[in-house]
Amino acid sequence: MNRLSRLTSTHIVYLVVLLTVIVGTILVGSVGRSFFSTGNISDILTGTSVLGFIAIGQTLVILVGSLDLSVPYVISLSSLIAAGIMANQGANVLPGVLAALAISALIGLANGLVVSGLKVHGFIATLGMGLIISGYLATNYQGSSGQAPLSFRLIGATGLGPVPISTLIMLATAGLVLLMLNRTRVGHHIYAVGGDLGVARMSGIRTRTPIITAHVLCSVMAGLAGLLLAARLGVGSPTIGSQGGYDLLSIAAVVLGGTLLAGGKGSLVGTLGGVLIFAMLDNIMSVMQINPFLKDVVRGLVIVIAVAVYARRTVITRPPRFEKSSTTPAREVSA
Amino acid sequence: MSVSENAQGTRNEILARNRSSAGDRLLRALRTPSGGVFILLIALLIAVIAANPSFGEPGSLIRFIGRTAPIAIAAIGQYFVIVSGEFDLSMGSVVTAQVFIAGNLIGDDDARVLPVLGLMFVFGAFIGLINGLVTTLLKVPSFIVTLGMMLALLGMVLYSTGGAATGNPADSFRQIGRGGIRDVPVLEIIPYPVIIFVVTAAAALWLMRRPYGRTLIAVGDNSRAAALTGARVWWVKTRAFMLSSLSATVAGIILVGYAGVHPSVGRGYEFTAITAVVLGGVVLGGGRGWVLSAAAGAFALETLFTLLNFLGVESTWRDSVQGIIIIVAVAAAAQTWQRKRRGASSRTHEPTHPIAPPPTVGTNERGI
Amino acid sequence: MDKEVFPLESRVNTPVVLSVSGLSKSFFGIEVLKDVSLELRSGEVHGLVGENGAGKSTLMKLLAGVHHRDSGTIELSGAPVDFSHPTQAHEAGLSTVFQEFNLLPDRTVAENIYLGREPRSGILVNRKAMLERTRELLDQLGITSIQPSTPVSNLSVAQQQIVEIAKAVSYDARIISMDEPTAALAGPEVELLYSIIGRLKERGVAILYVSHRLKEIFDLCDTITVLKDGEVVGSQPASSMDDASLVRLMVGRPISAYFPEVTPGTIIGEPLLEVADAGNEQLDSINLALRTGEIVGIAGLQGSGRTELVEAIFGAAPFTRGSMRLAGEAYTARSTRTAIQHRVALITEDRKSQGLSLNQSILDNALSVIRSVFPGRTNQARQDAPGVFSSLEVIARDLDQEVQYLSGGNQQKVVLAKWLAISPRLVLLDEPTRGIDVGAKVAVYNLMRALAAEGKAILMVSSELPEVLGMSDRVLVMRDGLIAGELSPTSTEEEVLQLATGARTEETPS
Repeated sequence: MNRLSRLTSTHIVYLVVLLTVIVGTILVGSVGRSFFSTGNISDILTGTSVLGFIAIGQTLVILVGSLDLSVPYVISLSSLIAAGIMANQGANVLPGVLAALAISALIGLANGLVVSGLKVHGFIATLGMGLIISGYLATNYQGSSGQAPLSFRLIGATGLGPVPISTLIMLATAGLVLLMLNRTRVGHHIYAVGGDLGVARMSGIRTRTPIITAHVLCSVMAGLAGLLLAARLGVGSPTIGSQGGYDLLSIAAVVLGGTLLAGGKGSLVGTLGGVLIFAMLDNIMSVMQINPFLKDVVRGLVIVIAVAVYARRTVITRPPRFEKSSTTPAREVSA
Repeated sequence: MSVSENAQGTRNEILARNRSSAGDRLLRALRTPSGGVFILLIALLIAVIAANPSFGEPGSLIRFIGRTAPIAIAAIGQYFVIVSGEFDLSMGSVVTAQVFIAGNLIGDDDARVLPVLGLMFVFGAFIGLINGLVTTLLKVPSFIVTLGMMLALLGMVLYSTGGAATGNPADSFRQIGRGGIRDVPVLEIIPYPVIIFVVTAAAALWLMRRPYGRTLIAVGDNSRAAALTGARVWWVKTRAFMLSSLSATVAGIILVGYAGVHPSVGRGYEFTAITAVVLGGVVLGGGRGWVLSAAAGAFALETLFTLLNFLGVESTWRDSVQGIIIIVAVAAAAQTWQRKRRGASSRTHEPTHPIAPPPTVGTNERGI
Repeated sequence: MDKEVFPLESRVNTPVVLSVSGLSKSFFGIEVLKDVSLELRSGEVHGLVGENGAGKSTLMKLLAGVHHRDSGTIELSGAPVDFSHPTQAHEAGLSTVFQEFNLLPDRTVAENIYLGREPRSGILVNRKAMLERTRELLDQLGITSIQPSTPVSNLSVAQQQIVEIAKAVSYDARIISMDEPTAALAGPEVELLYSIIGRLKERGVAILYVSHRLKEIFDLCDTITVLKDGEVVGSQPASSMDDASLVRLMVGRPISAYFPEVTPGTIIGEPLLEVADAGNEQLDSINLALRTGEIVGIAGLQGSGRTELVEAIFGAAPFTRGSMRLAGEAYTARSTRTAIQHRVALITEDRKSQGLSLNQSILDNALSVIRSVFPGRTNQARQDAPGVFSSLEVIARDLDQEVQYLSGGNQQKVVLAKWLAISPRLVLLDEPTRGIDVGAKVAVYNLMRALAAEGKAILMVSSELPEVLGMSDRVLVMRDGLIAGELSPTSTEEEVLQLATGARTEETPS
C-alpha cells in the first residue's frame, strides 16, 4: 500500500516482534527448552486471545479519539452473566452468550452516548462507567458464581494443532473489524472523527455514529473476552477483569502497536503485533521462571521505551528545503 | 508611560481601578464549575448533618477532615499535573512504594524516622522527575509514561517484599497519621493530618499565585504560546510531576499511620485523585480550574460517601456512586463551559471601558 | 495570464443562481455585516474584495451554513434557503473553499474528497470506484500532479489547496465560494487555479472569489463587489473599474492616509541585529543588518520562509549555520528564552494558537513573558499594566476579563502589551494586523513608529503589500527560503510581487 507512514509504523511493530522472537529463542534455549515447541507456541497463542479481543475493541475507541477504562468490569460482568445463565446446562450456552453480549453492548452504548452526547471525555465517561459496574459487582457477587457446561468449556481448551480455537475466533473477529475499518463508511468515519472532529463535521459526517459504534464494539469485544475467561475457568468471577489489569494493558498494547493515543491514526494489524509482543514477553518470563512481580516491571519499561521510539520517529516537521533537495514545503504534520 | 512618574500608591490605585473588585471576582468564580464544587460541598455537609446531627459537632468534623486529608493532598498534587494538561497514573504506586519504604527502612528504630523521611521525599521527587522528563523530553504521552511507571514501581515493590504485608514502622512515625494535638478546647483534638493538609493547601495556593503557578496554567491552556513567551515548558511540567509525586509521598506518610503497611494501601489512589480533581471543575487537558477546588472535590466525594453510609446504603455501592458523580459532574461542567461560550456571542455585552484613562479625563470612577 | 484567455462575454443574460439581500450578522455585540446584498449569475466569477475585517469571511461562512445570519434572506435560484449546517449547503449545490484547511492529513486524497459520501457497493466502500472517480475529477480539472491514493500529508501546501478545490467541485456545486485560494500558491500553481476556474465557468458554475491580490481580481472576475466595515460600498462590472478606483472604494480614502508619518526625531542609528550567512533546513544564505530606529518589512509568498526567518532570529526554530550579532555582541538564539533574555520580542502570526492563553485574563496574559523569564519584575509589571493598556487604547470590561471574549484588535493589543513589558530592543512582527479592525491597525502602526523613535529596531513580516511599502524603511523580499532581493519603499506592489514569485530574479538595492 502507499500509506507510507502507517506501513512504517506497523513495520516497526513487527520488527520488534521479530526481535522478541530472536531474544525469546535464545533465552528459552538457554534453559534447555524450545521456543518453537508445539506446547510453547500454543502457550503464547493462548496468551494472545484474551488480550487480543480487548485490544481490538480498544483500538477502535482510541482511533475514534476516546478511551475505554471500563473493560475490566465488562469482562467480569460478562463472565458472571454467561456462567450464571448457563448454570452447567449445555442447552443454555447460546442464551448465556447472547445475554452477556447484549448487556456488554448496552454498556458500550451508554459509554458512547455519554461521550458523544454529553461531551464527556472518554477517560472520565468510561472510568465512571467502570466504577458503576464495579459497585454493582461488589454488591451482588461475593465470589465466583455460575457454572459453564463442558461444551462451552471446550472452547477454552481445544485447538487445531498448536493453535487454540479461542485464538482462531479472535483472529476471525480481527479480520471482520479490519474489514469494517477499511471497507465500510463507519470505519472511514472512525478515522475521520478521531483525526479531526471539525473536519469530519464539515464533511457532513454525523459524528455520533462512529463514536457510538466504536464504544459498542469495544464493550462487545470485552464481553467476548469475558466469555472466553468463563470458558477457561468454568465459572464467572467478579474480579477476573480487574485482576488482569486489562484496561491499561490493552491501551498499552494498542499504543505499542503504533496507534496514536490522540486518535485518527493507527492500525489494527499493529495492535495485534503489540498483543503478540506482550504474550511472548509473558511466555519468556514464565519459562525463565522470573518472579511474576518483575513481569510488570518489564511490561512497564517495554511500553515506555517503545512509545519513546515511536515518538522519535513520528515527530515529522516540514520537509527540509536545504541540506536535502526538496522544492516545496509541505504542511507541518503534528505527530 | 504617563503613569510612571506617579507615586507607588497611586499606581496601585490605578491598577485596582482597572480590575474587578474582589467580590465580583469571587462571584464570577463561583459561577464556574470550579466554584460550584464549594456549593456542592456545603450542600452535602448540610445533608450529612441533617441525616446525623452528631457529625456536625466540631470534634467529629475535625476528625473527618483528618481522615480525608490524604486523598485531598493527593488531589492537590494531581491538580498540578492535570492543569498543565497531563495525567499522573503513577500516584497510587508511589503511595504504595512509600508505605513500604517506611515500613521496611524505619522498623522499630525511632532514630531512623527523620533520615528515612528525607529519603522518601527524595525518592518521591525522583519519580516525578523521571515521569516529567520522559513525558516532556522524549515526547511520550504522560498517560503512557505514568502507566509504565505505575506498573514498574508496583512490580518492584511487590518483588522486593514478596507481595505481603510487612512490619509496621516505629510508632513515632505512625503518630504523624494517627496522632494530633490533644486537649484543644471545643475540638478536643487537632489531628496532625489536618495540620499537614492546611499547610499543603496554603502552600499550593501560594504557589499558584506565584509566577510559576500562573505559568503552569498558561502552559496547560496553550503550551505553544507559553513556549513562545520563553517558558521552559519541559521544566514547568516536570516540576508539576514532582509536586504530584511529593504529594503522593505525603499522603503515603499519613496513610501508614491510618492503615499500616500493606500492598493494597494506595491502590486506585490515582483514579480517586483524578475523580476529585475533575469534580473540582478542573478541565482534563489543562488550563482551567482552581487548586483548592481539587481539594474541595476530594472533600465532596468523602462527604458523599459519609452521607450514603448514614443513609444505610451498603458500602459496596460506593464505587457506583463515585462513577455516577464523576460522569454527572463532568457532563454538567461541559454544558456550563459551552453555555458560557454560546452566551458570550448572543447576549448584549458587558459594559467595556478604555483601560486606565489618563488622569486628565476626570475623576469619575471608571472614567468613560 | 490575461483577461483575453477567458473572454469577458456579457453574463447579464445568464440566470441568477444566488441572491443575497439584507444580510446582517453580529458577534459579541459588534455588527460585522450590515444589510449586505449581492447577486451571482451562472458562469460568473464574482470578486469579493475588502480589507481584512471588512466581513468577507463572515459572509462566506453565512452562505456556507457555518454561522447563522441575524437577519436577511439567501435565495438559491429563486428559492429561499436557511442552512444550519455546511452539509445542507453542499446538498443545495453551494460549496466553499475555506482559508483553513479542511483535510485529514493521514487520509488519502480520494478518502478526503469523498469523506462522508464514500461510494459503496453493497455495504462495503468501493475503493476502486472512489479512486477512479477522484482520478476523473482531477482529470476534468486538468490536475495531473496529484495521485488519488497519496496521503494528504505527503502533499505540498499548494497541492492541498488544489485538493480542497477539487473537493468543493466534487459536490456537483453550482456555486463555489473561495476564500483567498491563492494565499498559499506560487506562479505555476496560480496558473493551474486560473485554468480550473476557466473550466468551471464553462460548465456554468458561479464562483464567488475572495482575494487580496487585485491583479487576480481583474484577471478573473466579471463583477466586483466591495465590502467595507461590513457594508457593500460598490458592486460593478470589473470592466468599469481599475486598480485606483477599486482601492478607493475599499479603503474610502487613499491607503497612505492610514500609515502614520515617521515620528520626528527618529534616528536610524547603528546596526542592532546583524545576520551573516545564516541558514537552517528552511532558510539559506541569510544576510541582513537591521539598525536602531529602523523598520524593515519582509514580503514574500506564504511558505517563502518569512515566518521561518523571524522564528530563527527569535530562537523558536534556530539557525543551524552562520552567525548573528546583537548590538555588536555575538547572539546565539538557542531558544526563545535566550532571545527574550536579550530583549527580543516576537509577535506571532497566529494570535489564538501561538500568542494568547485564551482562557486566562488580560492581566495574566500581559504578565506571561515577565513571569516566565523575569519573574522578579512581576510586581513592577503588574503596576505598569494599566499604563501600557491605556496607551494602547485597549477596550475591555477590566483587566480580569478573559481574553477569549475580546475582539481581534484588542486581543492583538494584549499580545503587544505582554511584549512591551520586557522593553524589547528588537521587535519581530509576523502579520501584526491580520484580522483586526482599522482602528486597531492604526494603533499598531502608531506603536511601531513610537518604538522606532525610541531607537528600537523593527522587523515586520506582512502579506499586505500596501502595509509593507507604507511602513518600512526598506523591504526585503523572500522566495524559497532565500532573500530574493531588497527594494525601497517607493517600489510598486507589482515589483514586490515579481520578485516574490520569481518573475524577476535579481534585484540589487539601489
